[in-house]
Amino acid sequence: MSVLPLRPQPGHPISVDGVSKAFGRGRDRVAALNGLTLRVGPGEFVCLVGASGSGKSTLLNLVAGLDRAGQGTIDTGGVRPALMFQEPALMPWLTAQQNVELPLRLRRLTGGHSRAEAERLLALVGLGGFERRLPHELSGGMRQRVALARALAQDADVLLMDEPFAALDAITRDDLHTELEQLWLRRRMTVLFVTHNAREAVRLADRVLLLSSRPGRVAAEFHVNLPRPRRIENADLGVLAARIGDTLRELVRDGD
Amino acid sequence: MATELRLLAGKSDLSTLDRERHPPAWRRGWRATWPRLAAVALLLAAWQAVVLSGWEPDYLLPGPAAVLSRLGEEARSGVFYQALGTTGARAVAGFTLALVIGSATGLAVVSSGTLRTAVGSLLTGLQSMPSIAWFPLAILLFGLSEAAITFVVVLGAAPAIANGLISGIDQVPPLLLRYGRVAGARGLSLYRHVALPAALPSFFGGLKQGWAFAWRSLLAGELLVMLGNRSSLGARLNFARELGDSEGLLAGMLVVLLVGMLVDALFGVAGRGIRRRWGLAE
Repeated sequence: MSVLPLRPQPGHPISVDGVSKAFGRGRDRVAALNGLTLRVGPGEFVCLVGASGSGKSTLLNLVAGLDRAGQGTIDTGGVRPALMFQEPALMPWLTAQQNVELPLRLRRLTGGHSRAEAERLLALVGLGGFERRLPHELSGGMRQRVALARALAQDADVLLMDEPFAALDAITRDDLHTELEQLWLRRRMTVLFVTHNAREAVRLADRVLLLSSRPGRVAAEFHVNLPRPRRIENADLGVLAARIGDTLRELVRDGD
Repeated sequence: MATELRLLAGKSDLSTLDRERHPPAWRRGWRATWPRLAAVALLLAAWQAVVLSGWEPDYLLPGPAAVLSRLGEEARSGVFYQALGTTGARAVAGFTLALVIGSATGLAVVSSGTLRTAVGSLLTGLQSMPSIAWFPLAILLFGLSEAAITFVVVLGAAPAIANGLISGIDQVPPLLLRYGRVAGARGLSLYRHVALPAALPSFFGGLKQGWAFAWRSLLAGELLVMLGNRSSLGARLNFARELGDSEGLLAGMLVVLLVGMLVDALFGVAGRGIRRRWGLAE
């Protein structure tokens, strides 16, 4: 863990202003987001929690620049954010190391430099010694670690995560929470993290935003003032997660 | 329990496990070879049985022994290698040209919606058209020439190669393309780093199929387009028939079969290697 240098300054803020997005046309038109406004401060860790259909993934796609908003503006300070999906989405023909090198090569870093960088990042996510394995030779948790290393390789100081640990078992997820928190503490990138799981949100975030469903807007906000590093078993953490869960259930009931 | 643990940790036992999962090369080779050898032996036996039944006289349908010894004789003659060389060179030239044209066509089709609508189904149609049906036209256009043969070989193989590339790129998991865009790949770099490598297993399937079409078209061409001064595998089949030389005819056919199988096997090995690397096969 010690190889990662401290960043002198935190990541760029994310501003989402009055953003609307709809899919389909005419009578089939469905609004996924309607005038959504939110802000993630520089180096802040924000978790976005909401029921299915609240437009969380739509929002991340918009912030990542994969899709265009119908209305409103999104500002990430001109940097291209890194995005991690629920699936690792590794290139199956590339070794772990080559996968991590891919964004470096796309940024035209030269061979020797990008190799050293990829090795460093893999060691950082606990995969030293696995550089030459192919994705199908790794476990689900290891693949997601490679994806995390690859996202870090993009050297974006804005990191978007779309339920990245949802498909993992509880123990692996817990490990990855710890690693992500350590990375974030040292690097202070701006993180917008989407999850279904209120406990995961409280485990990681400075602030938890609840999205109401159909169409999405911020319905509630919770500040998490728990000391770091945190533990998922922490009692205060559980109390806050329960409160968030209750609010979320009310929202879903009202929405129907 | 302690013994079990020791056994599990023991280096020699691990290597035994390893040996079972990865048997030595000669044993794997033998496992893959003996069923083929048995099939060949059965085939030769059936052939011999037909000859022994007296259905056709020896000079029309010779037995395997006569044909194989003839093959051995020919394998020591220069003319045979000249013929093999001519046919081989035509195959390589035709297939290479088909590779270039087929890949370019495939790339053009996947990158343009209009072009796909225009020629997508035509490509599939071309693939199912027997390439020998092109020969009369080829001969009209190019005369009795190398160009006529190459023309038909390319028409036989290129659609399969193009279709392999097209279906390969169509089947690239959308998530990989999404990741490519997140990492900043656009246009050409998205093709180079994501779409093309992801399409490689399917493309290779197209190559293998293209080779089969090319080889068929080539032999058909050599039977129809006889270039007087050049010996080829196809021309030798014709001569053997004209001379009533059944042994030579069957020996020639065996060579055609063996060359086709050999190249197909090479494609098979390479294709399996790719599929294994891509995690699509054990």
